[in-house]
This record gives sequence, C-alpha cells and structure tokens, in this order.
Amino acid sequence: MRAVLTLAHLVILEMVRRKDIYVLFVLTALLTLIAAAANIFDDTRVVRYLKEISLTLIWVSGLVLAVTSAARQIPAEREARTLFTMLAKPVSRWQFIAGKFLGCWLACGLALLVFYAFFGAVALSRERSLDLASWAQAISMHWFMLAVPVALALAGSLLWAAPSSNSTLTLVACFGIWLLGRHLHKVALGLPEPGATLLTLVYFTIPHLELFDIRDLIIHRWPPVPWVFWLGALLYAAAYAGMILTGAWLLFRRRPLN
Amino acid sequence: MVQSHFSQFGPQGCHMARSFAMPGTHRPCSPSLPRSAPLPSGGGSPLLPMTEVIQIEQLVVTYRDAETRATRTAVDRVTFTVRTGEVFGFLGPNGAGKTSTMNVLLGFTHAAGGSARIFGVDVRQPISRQRIGYLPEMTYYYKFLTAEELLRAYGRIFGLDDGEIRRRTDELLALVELEPARRRLIRTYSKGMQQRLGLAQALLNQPDLLILDEPTSGLDPLGRMKVREIILRQKAAGKTVFFSSHELGEVESVCDRVAILHRGELKALGPVAEIKRPDDGNLEQAFLRLIGWPDAPKPASGAGQADHRPTAP
Repeated sequence: MRAVLTLAHLVILEMVRRKDIYVLFVLTALLTLIAAAANIFDDTRVVRYLKEISLTLIWVSGLVLAVTSAARQIPAEREARTLFTMLAKPVSRWQFIAGKFLGCWLACGLALLVFYAFFGAVALSRERSLDLASWAQAISMHWFMLAVPVALALAGSLLWAAPSSNSTLTLVACFGIWLLGRHLHKVALGLPEPGATLLTLVYFTIPHLELFDIRDLIIHRWPPVPWVFWLGALLYAAAYAGMILTGAWLLFRRRPLN
Repeated sequence: MVQSHFSQFGPQGCHMARSFAMPGTHRPCSPSLPRSAPLPSGGGSPLLPMTEVIQIEQLVVTYRDAETRATRTAVDRVTFTVRTGEVFGFLGPNGAGKTSTMNVLLGFTHAAGGSARIFGVDVRQPISRQRIGYLPEMTYYYKFLTAEELLRAYGRIFGLDDGEIRRRTDELLALVELEPARRRLIRTYSKGMQQRLGLAQALLNQPDLLILDEPTSGLDPLGRMKVREIILRQKAAGKTVFFSSHELGEVESVCDRVAILHRGELKALGPVAEIKRPDDGNLEQAFLRLIGWPDAPKPASGAGQADHRPTAP
C-alpha cells in the first residue's frame, strides 16, 4: 500500500507543479464570475440558470482534467523512461496502475473541492444559505463518477500510445454516455434487429455517468436523495472503476517494456 | 585530481577513496557495512542470503521485429550464475542480448523460455528487486522533483522508515556531492549531476546486488571514477555488482568474472585471466576474438591490462 500511496503522491505533486489545474481553475472561475456578475436583477430564474451554467462548467472541467491527466500518466513515464527506474524497485505493475489511478483521482477530488468552494462562495453571496447535505451528495457523487473516466483513460493509454488520441476517444465516450446514455434503450426500441439487441446490450454494459449528475439538487435547492441511493451510486462507480482497472492491469501485466 | 582519487585504490580495491567515505565516517573497507533495507514485514523473507545471487538457466528472450512482425530471438538458451560478493561484467557488442537479459532480470520483459532468479526468487516477483540497486544507462528520474524528494519517494517504496530515509538521503547526497543542490528541481541539474543522483538512488536501499547498465557511458573522467569507486566499495563490502559495459579496460580492472554474449549466445564465461589467451594481450583482444573478429590489431608489447588500470602518481 505504501508504494501505491507514494506513486499517488508523485502524481499529485506533478500535477500541482505542472500547473494544469490552475489554468482550468482560472478559466472556470472567470466564467463563473462573469455569470455571477450578470445577476444584477435578482431574478430567481436567472440565478438558477446561471448556477446551471456554472455547474456544467465544473462538470466539463472535471471531466477534462480527469481524462487528460490520466491519459498521459503511463505514456509520459515511458517516454521519459522514469517507468523503468520505478519498476526496477519492488513495485508490481498492479501497484503502479493503482498508484497512478489513485493519484489522478485524488487530484481530481482536490480540484473539485476548489471548484465547488469557489462556486459555493459565489452562490452563498447570492442566496444567503446553502443546503449542505445536497451539496455534499452532489460533490461526492461527482468525485466518484470521475473514478470511471480516470480508469478508462488509464486503460486507454495502454491501448493507444498517443495521449491525445486516447484523451479524445475517452472524452467522446464519457460525454456521449453522460449526455446520451440514458436514451440508448429508448432508441433501441425503434431499431431493427440485431441493432436493437446490440444497443440494449450497450445500454446495460456502459457505466451510466448520468446517474451521478445531481446538479439539480443544488440548482433548484431540492432536498438530498435518499442516502441509500447515494451509497449505491458510489459503489456502482467503484465497481466500474475496479473492473476497468483490472482490465488495465491485465493489459499491462505481461506487456514487455523496452 | 583524478589521479589522486585513483591512487587510493589498491590492486584489489580494498582501500576506498577518502572522498567516497560517508561524511565523518571514513573507514577502511570492511565487509560489515550497515544492513541493507529492511524487507517487508510479514513472516520470513524469501530473500535469504545465498551463494548464487543471480541464477539464469536456459534463458530465452524473444521480441517482435517492428518491421517484419516476425519473432526474433534476442537471447538464446543462456545459462550463468553470479555469486555473492563478485563483480561480474556482462559484455557483448550492440545487439548481443545484454539489455534483453537485464530487462528480464529487472522484470521489464518476460522470458520466452528458461528461468531467471535473483536471491532465489523468480524475477517476475517484485520482491526479488527489494535488495537491488539499479543504475540505468541514462538519467531517468522525475524532473519535477528535487533530489531530496526523489530519494524520499524511492525510500518509501523500499519500505524504509522516515528516519532512515532522512539519514540515507543526507549521507548519499553528501557522497555524490549534491548536498548544496538537494532542494533544486532535478530538471535544473546538469547531466553530470543527474548521473550522480542516479548513483545515490541506486545505493539508497544499501543493495546487496547492484545492477549497472553501461554505467560509464557518456561520463566524464570524474564521473567514471565515481562509478568505479562505487563498484569497488560494493565489492569491498561483500556486495555483488552486475554490470554491462563497453569499456573493456574498466571491466578488466574491476571484474572478478565476465560473461561475453554475442548474437544472443554465451561465448565465454569465467575470470578475465581464463578467458584471455596468452596472445590476446588484453580483454579487448580476447573479446574481439570471441565474437569472431580475429583480424583485430594486436596491442604493442607490454600494453595489456596495465593500460586500463589506475596508476599511482
């Protein structure tokens, strides 16, 4: 476990020193502030609309950060050949994958905290109060959802050597699932066979990232979802991330490194 | 300066250079240096002290040709062992299969046949690398870290406690003369500084087996001297050194035994004196003969091993 934590620490340290997070944060903060500045008439509908835009920005930023950071971990290590020095130590390939995953996922969690803290401060200045339980659920489900794209991008980096193509494919897949995943089985009903069966299979196979999108709780100030459902969603994300990471390990386990 | 460093080695490398001793702890070479990194807890260690540190039996390594996609053999049924406390030179021309063999030993690639064991443990198990120090040919370290952070990270991976890591870091950075730059990012280091950092990380866990991949390649004379010092120091401490090199003079001066590989096959194995014929002159001549290049120019009379040995001022 110590090796995994050390690898995760190295990933976070690199991300902090590369300053990728800062660029994303500044962009998101800038757009949130611009949106907040438009709230000059105190119209409740406008406030909700602006909250939705800001939260969408945070979701997009989170996904971009998760995928791009995870996609370059292994290729960058191979290119710089730091992978060899590391694997010459008593580190198994499973620990290496797990450390990379944990580092990226924790870094995403830290970034989300900053994003949400900033957004929360802006929202608090407009609405005077926050429903902490709903916020906690929204943030935690968002963070656990990001475990899936991080694992997907890590696995993808073992299939596609170029981080750019891996990032593009993973982002398209994640945005596709997030935006269209819930409609797949409905589309399947209108398709002839075998398309209908195939699409239904896809529907039941993909990780439904849209389940984690409970932004409406914050936007409309709705009460939190039942905690059992919340826990189920976290376990669902963990199970998918675990399966994808196992696949990544199987790909990496016997791969010759030259 | 090089001369003065070199002059402190005896013929068997039994007197370490003063500059090489740990700060404040200079001592003549002794077989009882501090114990190496503690092994992971959880019962008895599978890494028991043994006579044969590296055991390679009928090793076959294959690779896929990038152009033709055909499977080619890089190492063909190679068998040899490396014993405790010896300095073992692993020689061969480019493409001979040295790196492929080392890649198997370090777990980077898997053997297509045969077996490789370190301290009696299959090299596919990460625990086999617990008592290894590895110095790659080039500097492959996280450039966003400082030297101190890099050693701390590697120390944690070796399972050292924080106090031990601090102590070893202080000693090793002083040893490789990087103390003033310990808090600078590695990306700001010169190549020589990065090489010295490589030496420090290779010694961090006080390895019982040091694996060096062409350690003097691209180094200036001072860097070479440092590497030679480390090899001799390890030897004096009863540790095992396994290294590949094209610097045959250096190999001749420090190695107890050598293996010569050519086109994936083991051409010679044994002490340098046994591998050389009387008419070979030096190891280079023997090497060229063994890889089938008999027309190599003979050295002038008297220019044999002495050419490659450090000389007293």
